[in-house]
Amino acid sequence: MLTNITMGQYYPVDSPIHRLDPRMKLVLTIAFIVAVFLVHTIWGYLLILGFVYLSARLARIPFKMLIKGIKPLRMILILTFLLNLFFTPGDTVLVEFWIIRITLEALRQAVFYSLRLVFLVLGTSLLTLTTSPVALSDGIELLLGPLKKIHFPAHELAMMMTIALRFIPTLLDETDKIMKAQMARGADFESGNLISRAKSMVPLLVPLFVSAFRRAGELAMAMESRCYHGGSGRTRFRVLKLKKADWLACGVVALLIGLVVLEGILL
Amino acid sequence: MDDQVRIKLENVSYTYEEAAAPALSEASAVIREGEFLAVLGHNGSGKSTLAKLLNALYIPTEGKIVVCGYDTSRDEYVWEIRRRAGMIFQNPDNQIVATVVKEDVAFGLENLGVPTDEMLPRVESSLAAVHMSKYADSAPHLLSGGQKQRVAVAGILAMEPDVLIADECTAMLDPSGRKEVLDTVRSLNRKKGITVVWITHFMEEAAQADRILVVSDGKIVSEGTPREIFSNVERMRELHLDVPRMTSLAGELRRDGMPLKEGILTVEELAEEVERLCPLKSGI
Repeated sequence: MLTNITMGQYYPVDSPIHRLDPRMKLVLTIAFIVAVFLVHTIWGYLLILGFVYLSARLARIPFKMLIKGIKPLRMILILTFLLNLFFTPGDTVLVEFWIIRITLEALRQAVFYSLRLVFLVLGTSLLTLTTSPVALSDGIELLLGPLKKIHFPAHELAMMMTIALRFIPTLLDETDKIMKAQMARGADFESGNLISRAKSMVPLLVPLFVSAFRRAGELAMAMESRCYHGGSGRTRFRVLKLKKADWLACGVVALLIGLVVLEGILL
Repeated sequence: MDDQVRIKLENVSYTYEEAAAPALSEASAVIREGEFLAVLGHNGSGKSTLAKLLNALYIPTEGKIVVCGYDTSRDEYVWEIRRRAGMIFQNPDNQIVATVVKEDVAFGLENLGVPTDEMLPRVESSLAAVHMSKYADSAPHLLSGGQKQRVAVAGILAMEPDVLIADECTAMLDPSGRKEVLDTVRSLNRKKGITVVWITHFMEEAAQADRILVVSDGKIVSEGTPREIFSNVERMRELHLDVPRMTSLAGELRRDGMPLKEGILTVEELAEEVERLCPLKSGI
C-alpha cells in the first residue's frame, strides 16, 4: 500500500530545464521570487505568467501538475484575499453595506497579494519538479559552501538530506512490514475516530523509531569504517559544471527582471 | 615485523563500557597475507567485537593490534587502517549511503580525497569485479540482499584494501544470496590476493576457509584448518557449535564402528570414503 510513493515531487522527464545546473536553478528561483515582489501592475503579472508558462512548456511539465501545487494553499489564498479586501484602507468605495466597506484600492491589493502567493508557489514548484532531490541537495551544498568559513555546516546539511532520501524507501518498506505484522495480530489502523486512530499508530511508531535509531547507529559505524570524517579534505564524485544553457537561462531571467523593473517605472 | 603478517593481535582484551565481563579477553592471533580466515562462533561469542577491533572502530582496553603495520590505538593511523582493512557489515541496508549504486561505491573514495577523474575508473572496475556493472545506475533499495552486499564489497574494493573484513555479512541473506556473496569474496581472495577475515556462524561457510579461528565466550578456543577443527565433533558440541552435516554424519557412522577417516566436510568426500570402505559389488 505504501509502494507507489515518488520521492518529493520530481517529475522525471528529460528537458533543457531538467538539465540545467541545480545551482543555477536555485539562484534563478530566488531571482524569480524577487521579480515577483517587484511587480506593481497587472501587465507585470502577465509577463510573469508568460514566463512560468513558457518554462513549464520547455520543461515538458503539464500545466495541470503545476496548478496542483497551489491546491494545498487554497485556504491561505482565500484568507489573504479576504483579509486584504476588507481591511485595506482606501477612498474609492465600490460596495458599502452594514459594516462591510470594499474599496478599489483594497480589491487591487487583495488580487495582487493573492497573485504574488500563487506565483511564488508556481516558481518554486518549477524548481522542485525539474530537479531531483539529490541534485538539489548537491546544489544547496555548493551554494552554501562559502559559508563554511563561518562554520555553517553546509556539507553536513547536504549529507543529512542525502541519507534521509536514501532511507525513505527503506523505512517505508519497514512501516509496511510492521503494519502487516500488527494487523496479523488484530491491530486495526483504519476504523474509529481520529483519536482512536492516532492511538492505534503507537504500536506502529514505537518499533519504527527503535529500528530507525538502530539503523542510524549502524550506518554511522559503516560510514566511519569507510573513512568518513566530515566534509574537510573530501572530493566529489559528481561534479557540476555551468554550461552555455545555464548562462542563457540566467540571461532570460535577467531580462525578465529588467522588464519588470521597467514596467514599474513606466506604468 | 614480518612482511607476510597482515594483522597481529597480542593479548587483546576489550570490555564494553559499563560491562562487567570483557567481550573479548586475551586474544592472540596472526593473520597472514592472502589467506582466507574464518572466525567462527555462536551469537554473543565476541566475534563481532573482534571485527570492530580490527577496523579500529573499537580500541583494545588491553593488549595491542597491529593492522598492516599500523597500531590501531594510535589516532593518526586510524584512516590508513580503515582504508587498508575495509569492512562489510551484517545488514545490507544500513551500510549503503548514497541513492545510486555507483555513487555509493565512490563514497569511500570521496572520503579519501581521491581526485574526481580517478574515481570513475576505480568505481567501474570495482563494480565489474563483483559482477554488478549493469546495476551501476540503479537505486540500492531495488536490489536484492545479495546484490546490496556485493555493492558494499565493491565500495570497499574501490579503496584498494589489503584486507577485507566481513562481519557476518551473509547472516541476513537467503541461501542463494549467501552463496553469491561468499563466491564473490572467495574469488577476490584468489584472484587479487586480498586477505579475507570472514566472520560467521555458518559452518558450511567456515568449512571453505583456509583456516578457522573458533571464538567462544570471548576467547579464541581453537585454531586450525577446517579439517582439523571439524574432526573433533565432541569439542565442537561442547562449544555449542554445529559441525557441517556430512562431518556429523561421518562421526555417527564412525561411532557405530565404521572406520571412516577424520575430517570429512563435503558430500563428495563422504561418498568417496564410503565407496573406499565398501566397494559397490554388482548384484546388490
